[in-house]
Amino acid sequence: MLVIDDVTAGYGDFTALRNASIEVKAGEAVAVIGPNGAGKSTLMRAISGMIPLKGGTITMEGQSISSIPAHKIVETGIAHVPENRRLFARMSVEENLRVGCYAKPFRAAFDKRLEFVYELFPRMKERRNQLAGTMSGGEQQMCAIGRALMSDPKILLMDEPSAGLAPVIVQQVFELIRRIRAEGLTVLIVEQNVQQVLKVVDRAYLLEAGTIRHSGSSAELLGSEDIRKAYIGV
Amino acid sequence: MMEIINEYVFSVFFVETLLNGLLYGGVLALLSLGLNLIFGVIDVVWICYAELVMLGMYTIYFMHVRYGIPLIPSSVICVLMVALLGYVLHRIIIAHVLGKAPINQLLATGGVLFFLQSIATLMFGVEFLSLGVSLGSFQLTEDIYLSKSQFVAFIVAAAAVAGMYFFLSRSYMGAAIRAISQDREIMILMGVDANRLYGITSAIGGGLAGLAACLLALQFDVHPFVGISFGPIVFMVCVMGGLGNLVGGFIAAFVFAELIAIGGYFADLEWGTVLAFCVFVITMFIRPEGLFARKS
Repeated sequence: MLVIDDVTAGYGDFTALRNASIEVKAGEAVAVIGPNGAGKSTLMRAISGMIPLKGGTITMEGQSISSIPAHKIVETGIAHVPENRRLFARMSVEENLRVGCYAKPFRAAFDKRLEFVYELFPRMKERRNQLAGTMSGGEQQMCAIGRALMSDPKILLMDEPSAGLAPVIVQQVFELIRRIRAEGLTVLIVEQNVQQVLKVVDRAYLLEAGTIRHSGSSAELLGSEDIRKAYIGV
Repeated sequence: MMEIINEYVFSVFFVETLLNGLLYGGVLALLSLGLNLIFGVIDVVWICYAELVMLGMYTIYFMHVRYGIPLIPSSVICVLMVALLGYVLHRIIIAHVLGKAPINQLLATGGVLFFLQSIATLMFGVEFLSLGVSLGSFQLTEDIYLSKSQFVAFIVAAAAVAGMYFFLSRSYMGAAIRAISQDREIMILMGVDANRLYGITSAIGGGLAGLAACLLALQFDVHPFVGISFGPIVFMVCVMGGLGNLVGGFIAAFVFAELIAIGGYFADLEWGTVLAFCVFVITMFIRPEGLFARKS
């Protein structure tokens, strides 16, 4: 579905991601794990056009997305839940969801998508008129995921969904990801919480210093002595 | 003491003063809405905002007086004209200073201010031109008369502010405009073309300036420096309400207008502005971010 081929990207003169190749097939859940500053967020930002590519290509279902305007990428079926949620804090939950449905092709389905999101997260329906910035971290994460789901995406990119949340809430967030998978969505997730994320995905790539070092099934990576030592600490 | 209160506060003239302040507040609210919207969304202050209004006043003057077009179609042309000016201003000036140091943005839009004043002087001369439309006044109660043009201005301004409120709170475009003022970078993920949204917002801000120009032309003569008579007040209203805060600016517009009216009532007319400016300065000492600034 999503093919990232030999991609190099960064900020100014700094190259944060070097010759990375990743593939996500329809229906899969794939994680990119690695330490702080490994280039994980850069990868996500490159996919959704927030930063330009310095090399390589990204294709979504055979269509190159490196050549279309960045704001059109969401229309190819890629939705991105940004790091730290980035909700519009002074707008209500429902208004946040409305902005997620902004692109013209999505608007006709607004009511249907709203119903879908409210069914998936009944809590959001209860809080529909509450200002997004006044909710708890876990609820904000629900709202951020809901906002991305408003565009009826084929693949959901999630950038560090557990970052900055209390341990109990982190459990809930991974539970959310399981539920989204159960809806048949394809997921690409970037995480530092390696042990947790490997339990909800099929495969994972290990990114270190901008380069992909390993890839394999979750079971393989969980079993790898090096990864256990370096990232799980057991 | 009671006598003074009875004489001043319960007099019909005082009530009339308050009503006049209210009417002026409506136009100020409209003016500050345009400027605040631009600042909130694009994060650039249009120092030349009042000069766009001035060009709008010339537009309606020429359409109505020189070309004999009726007032309403002239007003529509004026609104569209200034909307286009706002868009062009964004494309050829603002778009190039986005994200630059604020001082450069101030210098750029301040330069446009002098440019527009000089162009107007060259093209139209320095004489005071009047629309020549007098709507007269009407009797509200036995003792209170109000100017009809001020009343019309208030009604139209109130309708425009209400229209903007519904646009911003109910439409996709309005939601995106408010959203982009809170988080510019992630709008791309929502499928929003920020440059297009900036252009549209600039046109809306210009259109509001054009509408205000129509309303002001009913009450004031137009000349190249007419912007001075309300431009600084509009800036102070926006700052007092918290720059970029639309609701704060709306309330501040009425506070300011009433201060000017009340000051003018107890002393000479000019003292009204002095009183309002003093309150503004004191407000800035106590709350530098404005009366209704947000916490974060």
